[in-house]
Amino acid sequence: MSLDQWLLALHVLSAFAYVGGVVLFWILIVVVRTIDTPEATTRMEPIVKVGNAAVGIGAIGTIALGIWLAFALDSYAIWDGWIIAALVLWAAAGAFGQRTGVAYMRGMTKAKELEAAGQTGANAELLALNRTNDGVVLHFLTSVAVLLMLLDMIFKPGA
Amino acid sequence: MTVVAAIRPDSWNFPLFLHVLGAMVLTGGLLTSATSLGVARGDVRYLRLGYWSLLAVSLPGWVLMRAGAEWIASREGWNEKGVSDPTWLGIGRVVADLGGLLLLIALIVGGIGVRRLREGRGSGLLRATLVVAIILLAAYVVAVWAMAGKPD
Repeated sequence: MSLDQWLLALHVLSAFAYVGGVVLFWILIVVVRTIDTPEATTRMEPIVKVGNAAVGIGAIGTIALGIWLAFALDSYAIWDGWIIAALVLWAAAGAFGQRTGVAYMRGMTKAKELEAAGQTGANAELLALNRTNDGVVLHFLTSVAVLLMLLDMIFKPGA
Repeated sequence: MTVVAAIRPDSWNFPLFLHVLGAMVLTGGLLTSATSLGVARGDVRYLRLGYWSLLAVSLPGWVLMRAGAEWIASREGWNEKGVSDPTWLGIGRVVADLGGLLLLIALIVGGIGVRRLREGRGSGLLRATLVVAIILLAAYVVAVWAMAGKPD
């Protein structure tokens, strides 16, 4: 395999990690809507960390290897319309994703505070934080940006 | 122009999109399932989450991935008589089909495990589901590498 083929394979694998992480967070968003105890909320933290790692590795891998490919391949240029669109969508997905994380971490932080205070029972405020509508909307926007990026990468409009 | 930079005919794009999207959903379901089952330590909520991630996310993802694969393969002419599969396509087909079989086994074994959770048993069967989910994740990494890099 040539270096370009390796770069493309790793670029696509990064995209799989990114989307895999986004799917993981959708599942957690559904599950966390029924969780109202501190213990059950904090038990999700290892899964959240795996999702964050997948999204982080995926986001960095896609952008770094994607830009490298744009310069390495003669038939593509960094200023091609579809590549610029992908860069804009990547930035938008990152911004929405970061805000999604902030929205859902409020519940995790509250759960840790409750645990530290020795409160282990159901808590209405925690449930409300875990059911954040802002978080759902932001993750939906993240997913739309990622989906558009995938469409852009496959259809390559204007290429 | 290298093979990496090849532009596909427009008619190939939508089937390819469905194939890749299905594979990504499949991967996300497997990642969630493996993580949930891995960190559950007997917690029924996370054992169930691990199983349902496989059933409700990975299985539809696999169906979409496999249907998209057949569609794009027929568009590219790989299904015609006398046309042999290149290495990358052979790897993809084997991993997709054996992976589907393994996914089915994991779902049956895990389903029995989830039913037994009501009686306080079944976590051993879900541990087997975890092992299969990890194997599938590793296999799909190889498949994605082969399909994207297209080694000779």
